[in-house]
Amino acid sequence: MDIDQIIDGVARRNNRAIAKGISLVENGDERTDRLLTSLDQSLIDEAVVLGITGPPGAGKSTLTDKLVKTSRKLEKRIGVVAIDPSSPLTGGAIHGDRIRMMQHALDTDVVVRSMATRGRLGGLCASAGASVRIMAAGGCNPIIIETVGVGQSEMDIISLADVTALVSAPGLGDDIQALKAGLLEVADIMVVNKADKPGAEMLAMELSEVAREKGREVVKTVASEGTGVEELLQTMLSIFEQQKASGESRRRRREAREREVVDWALEMLRPVLRERGAEDGGEYSGDPRVRAKAIVEGILGDGESVNQ
Amino acid sequence: MADKKYRVLIAKPGLDGHDRGAKCIARALRDAGFEVVYTGIRRSPEEIAVAAVQEDVDAVGLSSLSGAHLQLFPKVLESLKKHDAADIPVIGGGIVPDEDIAILKEQGIQAVFTPGTSLADIITTFQSVCHK
Ligand SMILES: Nc1nc2c(ncn2[C@@H]2O[C@H](COP(=O)(O)OP(=O)(O)OP(=O)(O)O)[C@@H](O)[C@H]2O)c(=O)[nH]1
Ligand SMILES: [Mg+2]
Repeated sequence: MDIDQIIDGVARRNNRAIAKGISLVENGDERTDRLLTSLDQSLIDEAVVLGITGPPGAGKSTLTDKLVKTSRKLEKRIGVVAIDPSSPLTGGAIHGDRIRMMQHALDTDVVVRSMATRGRLGGLCASAGASVRIMAAGGCNPIIIETVGVGQSEMDIISLADVTALVSAPGLGDDIQALKAGLLEVADIMVVNKADKPGAEMLAMELSEVAREKGREVVKTVASEGTGVEELLQTMLSIFEQQKASGESRRRRREAREREVVDWALEMLRPVLRERGAEDGGEYSGDPRVRAKAIVEGILGDGESVNQ
Repeated sequence: MADKKYRVLIAKPGLDGHDRGAKCIARALRDAGFEVVYTGIRRSPEEIAVAAVQEDVDAVGLSSLSGAHLQLFPKVLESLKKHDAADIPVIGGGIVPDEDIAILKEQGIQAVFTPGTSLADIITTFQSVCHK
């Protein structure tokens, strides 16, 4: 597909064009900007982005699958970006989240894309942000981002979401301790999944305490059965409505946008910096920080200096 | 900018539920630096094709131990063509007799692995079809 076909295809909600468009972004293709500037901004503004995060095995994909099912009942065209960590050693990744979503495989109004972290910190957010916009412009609303809540980059991703659900479940080990380390901060709603299992009630009670302090709700689900999922979706959507009414939504999106601009800029600078940093061929023996400053000031030009 | 990563889809069409081999290949490919989308057992050719399109993979690897490869593998090619994605190369693997390998290749399957194929060969083959 050439770039004009991709641009035209996204606007016509063609899933292959959406997929090709996301690949342009992922591969740092030079035609990416043409696509991104062609997207229908009103669709992007309208689409609600739902974040699903939580520890491995909590049931995020199962829940996502059921959220998809519920959205389809409401005749919404839905997008899913499923993010998995890349192996730090080999750079490879296995995406298994789709296994739980295959019941929708033939539904052309369900668009699923797997994405690996590739060890890029801000770069992943930037790529995922652009991918979400492509899906939105391709008619998807809502869009779900599923990510394992473990690493920093995965957590940053959640800033792309309007409303984030933190999914936990009994029997995952250090239940609440693991959650407390940062994840609770980003959650707009807390989900105790696997409510059919022993320990769920206990976990819900513990989480309720933290949730109350933060003015958050705790919802119980049995994702494997679909129990509580419709309520969860409705609650997430109504949180979004409240955020829109209070101006919180606009504030968050502006912040996410500013952050993405910085992330992209850093991504673009990285290779330049690497090249310049290597230019001395390893001969330079001075202090690395001093050297870095000289390089940055060289890029800024016009006698602008780094204020550090 | 970022250099291109190879993305592949590993799928099991048909009715057999043995995915040890498919998972083993998925892991080997990951360890060789591939991004592998795994769709699980008992997928229809159509489901596999749609997933391959949405994930925009560089290649599809099919595993079948049920003996139905002569029906299933070409059906995946057909579905890909239907979705305008005949350019995605397809590789097959499983218990496939020599005479069937020739037939499958003639129909457009790029390579066929059997239980005797080494993981190293499998990885090299994926690399070369993705590279094209
Ligand atoms: N008993 C019970 N099991 C569930 C429930 N939801 C999911 N599971 C099971 O929990 C396991 C993990 O589910 P996934 O949906 O793959 O979990 P995940 O959070 O996406 O896992 P990762 O993507 O590996 O981080 C699967 O075996 C599910 O069938 C539930 O509500 N109750
Ligand atoms: Mg998952």
